[in-house]
Amino acid sequence: MIVVNGENVDLRSGETVAGVLDRLGLPPDARGVAVAVDGEVVPRAGWETFALAQDARVEVLTAMQGG
Amino acid sequence: MSEELTGTDSTTSTATGLNGSQPDVSSGALDAEALTIAGRTLRSRLLLGTGGFPSLELMAASIAASGSELVTVALRRIDPAARGSLIDVLADAGVQLLPNTAGCRTARDAVLTAKLAREAFATDWIKLEVIGDEDTLLPDAPELLRAAEELVDEGFVVLPYTTDDPVLARRLVDVGCPAVMPLGSPIGSGMGIRNPYNISLIREAVSVPIVLDAGVGTASDAAIAMELGCDAVMAASAISRAQDPVRMARAMRHALQAGRLARTAGRIPRRRYATASTPDAGLPDFD
Repeated sequence: MIVVNGENVDLRSGETVAGVLDRLGLPPDARGVAVAVDGEVVPRAGWETFALAQDARVEVLTAMQGG
Repeated sequence: MSEELTGTDSTTSTATGLNGSQPDVSSGALDAEALTIAGRTLRSRLLLGTGGFPSLELMAASIAASGSELVTVALRRIDPAARGSLIDVLADAGVQLLPNTAGCRTARDAVLTAKLAREAFATDWIKLEVIGDEDTLLPDAPELLRAAEELVDEGFVVLPYTTDDPVLARRLVDVGCPAVMPLGSPIGSGMGIRNPYNISLIREAVSVPIVLDAGVGTASDAAIAMELGCDAVMAASAISRAQDPVRMARAMRHALQAGRLARTAGRIPRRRYATASTPDAGLPDFD
């Protein structure tokens, strides 16, 4: 199990950050998107290779209207 | 710095302040009077917040009406079902993004959010907000200073949302902030500049650009900010939640120009009693 934006989802074997983006319907080069895993930034260049561990907390963020 | 307190009350402004014979005060020249922050030149001195607009269409129209070139965006969890891309609309508008750390309560969260914003938007500019109180949304000064120092060390261009405290403003500049963004009154309150005296003191305390942030409710508030010596004004709710945001965006644009003109024109001192502008010489005697 991993947590993606607050939702529990099953961890697929060997799943990377790019895999999580794919689940959300995002392309691997999604514009205006940033990812943190367990409170650390995962740079764009690492999305394809960063393998997620059990209980990983993944935040996938983007631009929202704000002051 | 003038010894007079400048333009703290729009009702005391005077018709004698503008000299029509002065050169280069046309609106064209004003628009060209650029503001430079950390090496980036901005022709508009209005920073626009994107929060609160009822639609992306109204937001885009308001940006165009405001003339703003730098607009803030927040970073939040992505909603795969969301319609319309804010990023695309802002790219079409031709504006530069100023991501913020809105919602952060600690230096740690603000630093992480800034790093994520840098990843998402490919900019090292960050409007740093670290909030210390739920009701007033006032900045948490120690956390703000800590986060500012860390982010400057990480290479960020840090524009801190701060209180109207001149000492804190100076400390933020000391750690490397290339501008400061003091509040006029609490975020979204529309109460204008509650302590113009402090904004004047900040003008004296720092030489970096001052962007009046938070509390602007209507155009006169923006004019007063400029009259007090601010270099720019940030407006969000004042425009986005106005009944006619596009019209208010235009009003803000004009108010900034008027306020800056008045500031550079040099206002008359305040006096307790009347000073006749018409001479007594030649007064007829009707007795």
